[in-house]
Amino acid sequence: MKNKQLPTDGNGFLNNPHYRAILFQVVALAAVIFCGFYFANNMFDNIASRGISTGFSFLNNTAGFGISQTLIHYDDGTSTFLDVFIIGLLNTLLVSVLGIIFASIIGLLLGVARLSSNYLVSKLALVYIETFRNIPILLQILFWYNVVLAALPSPRQSLSYLDSVYLNNRGLLLPEPIFESGSLAILIAFVIAVLSVIFLVRWSRKRHDETGQDFPIVKVSLAILVIAPCLVYFVAGQPISAEYPELKGFNFKGGLTIIPELLALLFALSIYTATYIAEAVRAGIESVPKGQKEAAKSLGLKDYVILTKVVLPQALRVIIPPVINQFLNLTKNSSLATAIGYPELVTLFSGTTLNQVGQAIEIILMTMAVYLVISILISLLLNWVNAKMAIKGR
Amino acid sequence: MAIYTMKEAKPAPTGNRGVIFWLRENLFPDVKNSLLTLACLYILYTIIPPLLNWMIFDATWTGTKEEIVNSGARWIFIVEKFDQFIYGFYPENLHWRPNLVAILSVAFFISLNVISNNKVKITIILLFPIVCYTLISGGWFGLEAVPTEKWGGLMLTVLVAAVGIIASFPIGIVLALGRQSDMPIVKTLCIGFIEFVRGVPLITILFMASVLLPLFFHDGIEFDKLLRALIGITLFQAAYIAEVVRGGLQAIPRGQYEASEALGLSYWQGMILVILPQALKISIPNLVGSFISLFKDTTLVLIIGLFDVLAMVTLTNSDTNWLGFEVEGYVFVTLIYWVCCFSMSQYSKSIERKFNTEH
Amino acid sequence: MKVTKLALLMGMTALVPTLSHADTLDDVMKKGVLNCGVSTGIPGFSAADSKGVWKGLDVDYCRAVASAVFGDASKVKYFPLTAKERFTALQSGEIDLLSRATTWTATRDTSLGLTFAGVNYYDGQGFLVSTKLGVSSAKELDGATFCIQAGTTTELNLTDYFKSNGMEYKAVTYDTSGQTIDGFKNGRCDAVTSDASQLYGLKLKMDDPASVVVLPEVISKEPLGPVVRQGDEKWFKIARWALYATLEAEELGVSSSNVDAMLKSENPGVKRLLGVTGQHGKDLGLKNDWAYQIVKQAGNYGEMFDKNVGKDSPVKIDRGLNKLWNQGGLMYSMPVR
Repeated sequence: MKNKQLPTDGNGFLNNPHYRAILFQVVALAAVIFCGFYFANNMFDNIASRGISTGFSFLNNTAGFGISQTLIHYDDGTSTFLDVFIIGLLNTLLVSVLGIIFASIIGLLLGVARLSSNYLVSKLALVYIETFRNIPILLQILFWYNVVLAALPSPRQSLSYLDSVYLNNRGLLLPEPIFESGSLAILIAFVIAVLSVIFLVRWSRKRHDETGQDFPIVKVSLAILVIAPCLVYFVAGQPISAEYPELKGFNFKGGLTIIPELLALLFALSIYTATYIAEAVRAGIESVPKGQKEAAKSLGLKDYVILTKVVLPQALRVIIPPVINQFLNLTKNSSLATAIGYPELVTLFSGTTLNQVGQAIEIILMTMAVYLVISILISLLLNWVNAKMAIKGR
Repeated sequence: MAIYTMKEAKPAPTGNRGVIFWLRENLFPDVKNSLLTLACLYILYTIIPPLLNWMIFDATWTGTKEEIVNSGARWIFIVEKFDQFIYGFYPENLHWRPNLVAILSVAFFISLNVISNNKVKITIILLFPIVCYTLISGGWFGLEAVPTEKWGGLMLTVLVAAVGIIASFPIGIVLALGRQSDMPIVKTLCIGFIEFVRGVPLITILFMASVLLPLFFHDGIEFDKLLRALIGITLFQAAYIAEVVRGGLQAIPRGQYEASEALGLSYWQGMILVILPQALKISIPNLVGSFISLFKDTTLVLIIGLFDVLAMVTLTNSDTNWLGFEVEGYVFVTLIYWVCCFSMSQYSKSIERKFNTEH
Repeated sequence: MKVTKLALLMGMTALVPTLSHADTLDDVMKKGVLNCGVSTGIPGFSAADSKGVWKGLDVDYCRAVASAVFGDASKVKYFPLTAKERFTALQSGEIDLLSRATTWTATRDTSLGLTFAGVNYYDGQGFLVSTKLGVSSAKELDGATFCIQAGTTTELNLTDYFKSNGMEYKAVTYDTSGQTIDGFKNGRCDAVTSDASQLYGLKLKMDDPASVVVLPEVISKEPLGPVVRQGDEKWFKIARWALYATLEAEELGVSSSNVDAMLKSENPGVKRLLGVTGQHGKDLGLKNDWAYQIVKQAGNYGEMFDKNVGKDSPVKIDRGLNKLWNQGGLMYSMPVR
């Protein structure tokens, strides 16, 4: 359309596609601006005529309600709505990150199982995938929460493992690590170990490129990562101890409690998203032409080498983009927690806070903005990965 | 002259055929796989028999609540509350109206495939939603009006999904064309809308539709709660349809665009007659996938207080005579969703296969 | 083509300001139906039965206002709202009246653009616990976990109570009262805390109502009442006097069963209330028989109470503070004169 010769015979302004395009755009823009103006105008009118408070000053007011899971310090007497916002955001991120980890592990296993030569394994994985991806995620969340929670015992009849891990209808209780002075040294040791592993990997790759000799990189790296912090742990005089949960009064005191809402949500999100990841993994591996594997085999490469050096590098290019999209979906789906009361952003902020403060516009816009930022960050990551993985002609 | 006679092929060696061969090849080829097979069999053994017992053999199908003796599922709850699961609060003596709409829908889809006259087709397409709406909502032709608060259950679920699918389709196509267009402002507007909607969870859009939408209009203009949810869902779905259609548009070879221009077709003629029919055809599997997501997402309307089929589980369980039947309710609703989504996804797969062979 | 479109747009722009007005009574009359915000299900206050018919004390108040406005109690459209939707629904004009067991607090009365029309139930926050817990006082609940409904004054009161008594607690917050009671049934928490009136209703929703007990402590004042938008005095007064009329009728002994006979009563108070003498209805912008219609169709306060939450209901709450002022309660109508 752009490169068309403009008619010169003066056949009218509207018959010139160039001007027509401009006119069309102006009309479209005017319509959008008009609608925006109309809505904003009404909104301000309504706010003014009804005496609704506006602005973000409510964020500094004291919240004054209890929250069942807080990752940062929260005092229901003095903390503000801004703290509530941050806590909600952190809880959203917590469940998303944990969900992404579990969903990836389950999804990977399922995807591989789906391609297994073992008939039963492959069909079981298929049944799993077809079952869980065709049930709405909200229904799964409600099911795990309402049905499984009801089946768990009360705190006094907790299921226990080694008297340190307990499972009851108040959640999963784990020993909580207590960091005393000197635990910083362990952290430092760990960071140094990670850095040296990165260095080692680069060195071994370079050596492999130059000499063709392999270095047992996985084993050595793991050894460094485990041994270095352990060594420092004992040298520093065992500065990390554990606090065990104990039954006192109505409930367990001490220890780390993972609330049932988080458990149910994680369970449902991981199981559901894993089905999509599994399909992506399967499609990715199947996308590698059969000839590649056969060629590798005829070169005499071992199965393990074929998988890591021939199949996976090509499959990952197909697998990663849809998987990252699924990560974004999982994060967005975590907002359904509002149905079971897990204190994440939508529950705490668009729910409780909205009701205490009543400023719907500000609160819903802030909530949407958070998800938009997350999704923009994930798209940027996706673009970066795509650019990085693009086939580079050598 | 020697005559060649066909000899019957010898059967494969006994070691390479039959059930045993299949088992050995697929289940027990080596030690590792044999162990895996045994583990799978064990998993099946722990899940299937108790599940079947609970669902079928030990279940209670008829009778009254007091007569339950079996330990399995108590399906009498579903039988008792069936009407509520399907119709919500829709007046009992008017159930024939949604039923009639269901029959009409089937007839509608058949007639679309049978009738070849385009004018008749378009008339039917335009008339069908009006007839359905009149039948369900009433208020005209002597039909008793049924306010939307009384709509519920599976009827509401299907209605929300159907309206979402149908209404979002044209909007989605326009958005996709806008995103592919050469006009910078239109393009920016479309990209902005699509990326915004795809970036936020549906629940926040539903919140916005249910809580904020009335603030955007003046007093005189009123929206039904259901209508607001429908607007939210339609806009949400339109953004996803737009992306699917864009995929289809991008897959159409450049030559097709050029050919349509060379024929002297205008932009819209070219799009409607040449490009879109091809683009939509190859997007059908993805469109169906998007419809499945929408169908599953309709459950979210319960969070803004509409009584879809899932919300009915909670509601029927607050009946003091029928407490503690959540499991049966959830399983029933699960089955409904699973059957619908699974058949849709199989349909999309069959279409995909059909396309694959055409090339 | 384009020119006509542009002209249309401009025409619409010019039209917009004329649409604005804020006379609720006028709107309601035009619509022919009263949009009343109620709960998604609080037994005794507002709950839909299995046929979808709304019943309860708050619902009867909506019916009373509809009787006063239209002379027809059935001209009400009920909007079931969750706790968090209720204020925006009223602010945005979706509903004309919020009658949803809403506590009258300073914040709500001032910063939300709302006005409380009065109190139709004096309540207080209490605790519901399982008898298995062996607790007889709220003071013994140190360290307990509570199920609460989101966005209520309950959350704030609980914090205050436990702070002032130097005790600790954990809160699990749910969106609706249904989820809250489910959480309690599933053992997610040791106790439910809510307005005492609602706890009696929740008790009925338990599989075995005898297995739970409402503790004696009442830790807060919860005056529940109907709410209207700020800035429409006329509508506010209708809402307020519809409530007073139900109280005044009870005080004067006028009920739905004897209201027709009472039209001939010699009692000047009854005459004024029922519009036989005086102009009170006209002054409110209604018909003069407004209070007659309220009592005839929705009943007086005592009838509403007994039928929905009191002695004739499954909930059976003692009238307590909600008796009339001359019987030792707090219910006091400003004189209709």
